Amino acid sequence: MSLSRRETLKLITAAGLAGAAPAALVGPAAAQQKVRIAMVVKALGIGFFDACRDGGLEAAKELGNVELIYTGPTTTTAEAQIQVIDALIAQKVDAIAISANDPNALVPVCKKAMQRGVKVISFDSGVAPEGRIMHLNPSNNALIGSKCVQMMAKTLKNEGEVAILSATAQATNQNIWIEEMKKEWAKPDYAKMKLVGTVYGDDLADKSYRETQGLLKAYPNLKGIIAPTSVGIVAAAKAVVDAGLVGKVYVTGLGLPSEMKGAVLAGATDTFAIWNPIDLGYSATMIAAAIVAGKATGAAGTSVKAGRMGDIKIAEGAAAAMADPFTFDKSNIEKFAAIF
Amino acid sequence: MSDQAQAGSRYDVADRAARSWGERLTSWESILALLLVAVFVVNGLLSPYFLDLFNLSDATFNFSEKALVALPMALLVLVREIDLSVAATIALASLAMGLCAEAGAGTPVLILVGLCVGLVCGTANGLLVTAVGLPSIVVTIGTMSLFRGIAQVVLGDQAVTKYPSGLGAIGQGYLVDMPPVPLSFALFLAAAAVAAVVLHRTALGRQLYAIGNNPVAARFSGVPVDRIRFGLFAVTGLVSGLAAVLLTGRIGSTRPNIAMGWELEIVTMVVLGGVSIAGGAGTVGGVVLAVFVLGFATFGLSLVNVPGIVINILLGVLLVAAIAVPVVAGRLMGRAPTRD
Repeated sequence: MSLSRRETLKLITAAGLAGAAPAALVGPAAAQQKVRIAMVVKALGIGFFDACRDGGLEAAKELGNVELIYTGPTTTTAEAQIQVIDALIAQKVDAIAISANDPNALVPVCKKAMQRGVKVISFDSGVAPEGRIMHLNPSNNALIGSKCVQMMAKTLKNEGEVAILSATAQATNQNIWIEEMKKEWAKPDYAKMKLVGTVYGDDLADKSYRETQGLLKAYPNLKGIIAPTSVGIVAAAKAVVDAGLVGKVYVTGLGLPSEMKGAVLAGATDTFAIWNPIDLGYSATMIAAAIVAGKATGAAGTSVKAGRMGDIKIAEGAAAAMADPFTFDKSNIEKFAAIF
Repeated sequence: MSDQAQAGSRYDVADRAARSWGERLTSWESILALLLVAVFVVNGLLSPYFLDLFNLSDATFNFSEKALVALPMALLVLVREIDLSVAATIALASLAMGLCAEAGAGTPVLILVGLCVGLVCGTANGLLVTAVGLPSIVVTIGTMSLFRGIAQVVLGDQAVTKYPSGLGAIGQGYLVDMPPVPLSFALFLAAAAVAAVVLHRTALGRQLYAIGNNPVAARFSGVPVDRIRFGLFAVTGLVSGLAAVLLTGRIGSTRPNIAMGWELEIVTMVVLGGVSIAGGAGTVGGVVLAVFVLGFATFGLSLVNVPGIVINILLGVLLVAAIAVPVVAGRLMGRAPTRD
């Protein structure tokens, strides 16, 4: 009795599997003709990346035949991103544009994707060269360094003592940017604008705040502070406001609009900059679509048309810089503070 | 009255395995098996890419390491203990492997280092719980911060990425190429078989149930309770070390946030598998089925690009429902079904 029931179950299971198999075979052929580009971000729920998505959607709309899949893990780990990419490979998307949680850990899975015909590019935070066709930097070090100095010079009208508040003394990015700032500073235009010192706030809000207080005491004639770190710039602006020096000392550098809104409205900051995530998502999507369509190779020394962002040149190491950092001031801070 | 209510409960240590179809169909494992079939059918209908041998095989990479750790974790929960430091142990073992790799160690040495560090971590937990007599949840929350903290202090914002290719072959390799069986998945199946034999076919297994049902009575019956608990912590550490070897090999990179949050995913596998968090009930088969349900449900949902945050919500609902439905159904029927 029980044997025959077991046989029945087996038959039902077999029938079920047989029924499912044709569906699996028919499926891919019925898939849509649109080019599917997946934008994989460090983690979902981050304002910066949601703004990238809006840019990507804008590009998809402009191109017409592109479907943008915006996805990412819930934690900013490489393991979680690998899981997401595996699912994208499985559904045979045409291209993946990724902001990587780990440049090296994602190489194996990105290689696998490329072997299976998926075009992989990275943007914002890169994958190591062997794991992608090209990388789109939001800006480049020279542009960032010169922008910081130019913003300060514009506010101070090229005159006065200026100090730098950085992250840690070992921070790779900040050290390169400070190096680039000094190159720009060497120009004769800035002869009357003097760099008096560099301090390190270690990207900690309280330490950055105390270091700024120290600067204000040590240099009574200080007119400006450049903080090329989103933590430092907020802390420095707060220290200036708290010391009652608004209008006497100006803070500029790199920061997030949502965090800097208070400082700009209070007057401690005239202008500051950061890459525009909307443009970044837009460009990454445009480039991915161009590579899928065969209109660009992404190889070093070539260039790619990225819609309204114009031609983007691809430099050595197959890395490209999108544009100048985007400047924020009283006129646009409210709009962007709501975005990221 | 209370005796009668207890008669059909899953806390019974049965004299024999279930034989009638009625018994089998109402067991937790059957419910999970049904759920697994549902996951396959629904995902097969939702996405044409789900029922693809290669895709399913790829998907196992993403849960095999966690699933391995879920096996000893199930035995720990069975004896009323828990180890929340497993993910941090993975991070510490991976860190040790990274430091050795930078010093030029080869693949066999790295494997040994990973396993040893895991074993040491597990032994430390075991000693604190059994020799010092502290509650395991407190001990392992402490060691979770300790192990992860060491990794964070040593690595800072750096990563170790110089691993020999042999290690990658272990983490990304296949035991059999056709049908594709990843090495990590094969290890999980083998470990599950060992765990099943130990728990369900040996005297040691019976002793585990005895401890879980009543540790005091078990001790008075001559069961070496503390020695067994210590052994289980050591094995959990060792398997976490193995997971670290596989994960490090798979992603070829060690960051302080490696395997972040895995402890909760692993405990989820165990609880969904029907292992009572109060101890004394549960089977290896249930845990294996729960691993598949969670792993393939996550993969299937990612295939139709459900965002990770929403997947987490759905899995949470699944977990609560899987636990609540039998209880509610039992209440509605008045009492648990009796056997004779």
